[in-house]
Amino acid sequence: MYNKNKPTWMLAAISTAMLSTLTLSACSDDSADAKAKSTATSEHVVINADPFPSTYEPIPAVATLITNATIIDGIGGLNTDSQILLQDGKIVGIGADISLPTKYIEIDGTGKFVTPGIIDTHSHLGVYPSPDTRSHADGNEMTSPVTAQVWAEHSVWPQDPGFQRALAGGVTSLQILPGSANLFGGRSVVLKNLPDRSVQDMKFPNAPYGIKMACGENPKRVYGKKGGPSTRMANVAGYRKAWIGAAEYKAKWDQYEADFAAGKDTKAPKRDLNNETLKGVLDGDIIVHMHCYRADEMVVMMDVMQEFDYQIGSFHHAVEGYKIADKLAQNNVCASMWADWWGFKLEAYDGIRENVAMVHQAGACAVVHSDSDIGIQRLNQEAAKAWSDGRRAGIDISKADAWQWLTANAAKSLGIFDQTGSLEVGKNADVVLWSADPFSTYAQAEKVFIDGGLAFDRTEPDTWPVSDFELGQIGEGDHK
Amino acid sequence: MKRLLTMFTLVGVVGVLGLSTSVLASQFAIVGGKVHTLTGQGTLAEATVLIKDGKVEQIIAGSTSPRGYERIDAAGKVVTPGFIGAYTALGLVEVGFSAGQVDASTTNHPVTTIGAAVDVSYGINADSTLIPITRMEGFTTAVTGIESSDYLFKGQGAVIQLMDNDPLLKARAFMALSVNNASASDTGGTRGTLWVALKQALSEAEYAIDTDLSPTQPWYGMISRADAKALGHVVQGHQPLLIKADRKADLLHIIALKEAFSNLNVAIISGSDAWRVADQLAAANIPVIVNPEYNLPGAFDTLGATLANAGRLDKAGVKVAIGIETHNIRLATQHAGNAVANGMSYDAALASLTKNVAEIFGIDQQVGSLAPGMRADVVVWSGDPLEVTEAAEHVFIAGEPIKMQSRQTLLRDRYLNLKQDKPMVYTRP
Repeated sequence: MYNKNKPTWMLAAISTAMLSTLTLSACSDDSADAKAKSTATSEHVVINADPFPSTYEPIPAVATLITNATIIDGIGGLNTDSQILLQDGKIVGIGADISLPTKYIEIDGTGKFVTPGIIDTHSHLGVYPSPDTRSHADGNEMTSPVTAQVWAEHSVWPQDPGFQRALAGGVTSLQILPGSANLFGGRSVVLKNLPDRSVQDMKFPNAPYGIKMACGENPKRVYGKKGGPSTRMANVAGYRKAWIGAAEYKAKWDQYEADFAAGKDTKAPKRDLNNETLKGVLDGDIIVHMHCYRADEMVVMMDVMQEFDYQIGSFHHAVEGYKIADKLAQNNVCASMWADWWGFKLEAYDGIRENVAMVHQAGACAVVHSDSDIGIQRLNQEAAKAWSDGRRAGIDISKADAWQWLTANAAKSLGIFDQTGSLEVGKNADVVLWSADPFSTYAQAEKVFIDGGLAFDRTEPDTWPVSDFELGQIGEGDHK
Repeated sequence: MKRLLTMFTLVGVVGVLGLSTSVLASQFAIVGGKVHTLTGQGTLAEATVLIKDGKVEQIIAGSTSPRGYERIDAAGKVVTPGFIGAYTALGLVEVGFSAGQVDASTTNHPVTTIGAAVDVSYGINADSTLIPITRMEGFTTAVTGIESSDYLFKGQGAVIQLMDNDPLLKARAFMALSVNNASASDTGGTRGTLWVALKQALSEAEYAIDTDLSPTQPWYGMISRADAKALGHVVQGHQPLLIKADRKADLLHIIALKEAFSNLNVAIISGSDAWRVADQLAAANIPVIVNPEYNLPGAFDTLGATLANAGRLDKAGVKVAIGIETHNIRLATQHAGNAVANGMSYDAALASLTKNVAEIFGIDQQVGSLAPGMRADVVVWSGDPLEVTEAAEHVFIAGEPIKMQSRQTLLRDRYLNLKQDKPMVYTRP
């Protein structure tokens, strides 16, 4: 169960206040810092936890009222013939009692559905962009099995046309992960699906960082002839060795902080970017996203988690999640899964269609993810498949509950549920208006709002966003 | 899955077509469903499909339960011909990556210089777990061939029926080839080499038709004797030539190739830009097998990729087939549904999974539609098969109901209840 030292991101993201504390620079002149300086001979060294800060700005928005629609709120509610008001970037009203501003536009949602914007917890858009060329394939630092020092955001190419395709599928936020060749692949980044000139323009404000880890076949295959690991047992030895090093690193910094606070003349430890990320996990600030297919490996990793006192946020792919769904629930670990991918490698051989529903049924946090620049475009259909497959197996889950797999649970696993992932008053207005029931193959995202701004309108082709790469190319602005 | 073995037919209904007073295992009446025949008979809102001796015996409007037929109630359901995986490696691969032998990829061997001689019919494994997994989702037939080859040609593929025994429906059913960016890179580094090599190979094969290729006779061709024999069927039009290509320029070269070798029976695989030359393809009678969900500029020869491709091709009169996958070829229904969502007509989408595939591979007299005398490959769906939330409920192959069970359903059933007294290995669902 939850350890008191474990992070609290499942319930709330790192607060803005916390980030701003972390970003205090060494030359700060606020009074608390000045007081500290007066009792110590050295300056207080504080690591800037946010050296590439978000420069995201919502697109201009007008207050928008969607009426007469079926609203799936993403936390288990489904209301027919309802309405929702988006204003100043937030959801300000749902249902009958809405106080309307003086100026707003109204969209008739008759026959249509409204949901929270889809959040994909597993994407490589930007780091493995289209076109798929060696020159832009920047998703996997396959030079060492432990590369926690690399950050996916430094590989993201905002001109990947895949972002616009995902937007047309109703994706409003997404986590970009490094690949899975390494035991520790590096930091992930959570983005708003509004590409602009830089990755910082897309960064989801105040989203915690994640780290990609990987079980199984990939590390042993990639490093088997490059010094190891070449076996699963060496994979585990590799994680443990790294955590031992990270714990030592953390202890040094904790000692430094204690000594400094005590007024001792102390010197800050030397920075190490790899251990800095791992320490972030041990401190509960960085969420572990662990690529793992096999049930037995996931169970081993949950023991490693206990041994080093950190929390795995979610297993990714978790093709055998259904075999240990109870243990996922007990350990408070989410599983980000496909609906039906299987068999492309041996560790995916036991994939079944009911995986998502069975994990949900056991009380664990189930997420439907894509890991695909095609799949990300219709995650609603992936959830629909998982939902219907579950029902046919006797697992009775409502559509409203199933939608959690795409938004609320995804947001929880990314530590952004306080901001997005459900249609609740006060949440960011990340909203999709679907042409029909999104559990249907024929439904399409008709309008997609990000922070209340209309980011995609299927009915107005002239307004569709086009990446630099596609400008002047065949099919620019075509029906995609 | 429960078999609906009912005695109602014996006691309650006077069937005008009753041929016997006993229920024969080989006679089935699928009663009252919405039946898509994929023939001139069209779609019948409520009809009965009679199956006898492995064939479709008759399709009758309305609900009727003739004596002597095991009754399958299909009221409120949808009935279609068994779907056909249009381009797969089913039966040739169990696990593709780092898991041992895969018969869907080739390495070099002196029997061939260009890959044309390769014949996958020797590699088909009826015991593959992919077969039950695929057929219980309504796919009864699959086109299967080489996925990965270092050669210009990917060899001769086959059509299989997804049965436990005798899977081979048609050996050497097609020849495959790729002329896209990746293949040009592998074949001399440029299309300038690839196309010369392709034309040379076809020319030699034409020449070889009237040539003695026995080992005692001289043969100085670029292609091997075995290649010449295999390609002979292609240049005479007996075997369709499937060419994977995407960009417009490549598609125009293919149209010109068909003009130069007038007997060629060509079909295009992938065809991202096909919508841009749809009228020419229709005029040249060249069908296209597409993945309608592919809409990204994954390479510089797929810049035109769009979800509208399948619908635009169909509107222009091009014969379209849908379904390029292997482990999840069962999702071709979803692919087709998305083609409909993006402009393809519903009837065309159903044809792209059935009749059109059968026609491309010359098996349309056996499978791909429901008409008297056709093989009884019939599926009863819970609803619209292109809806992701619907599923196959009964599947017949050659008139026999298949067991709706696979390794995946057994794994599911084993783990549906995690609380067991003994280790899971003792749970045998």
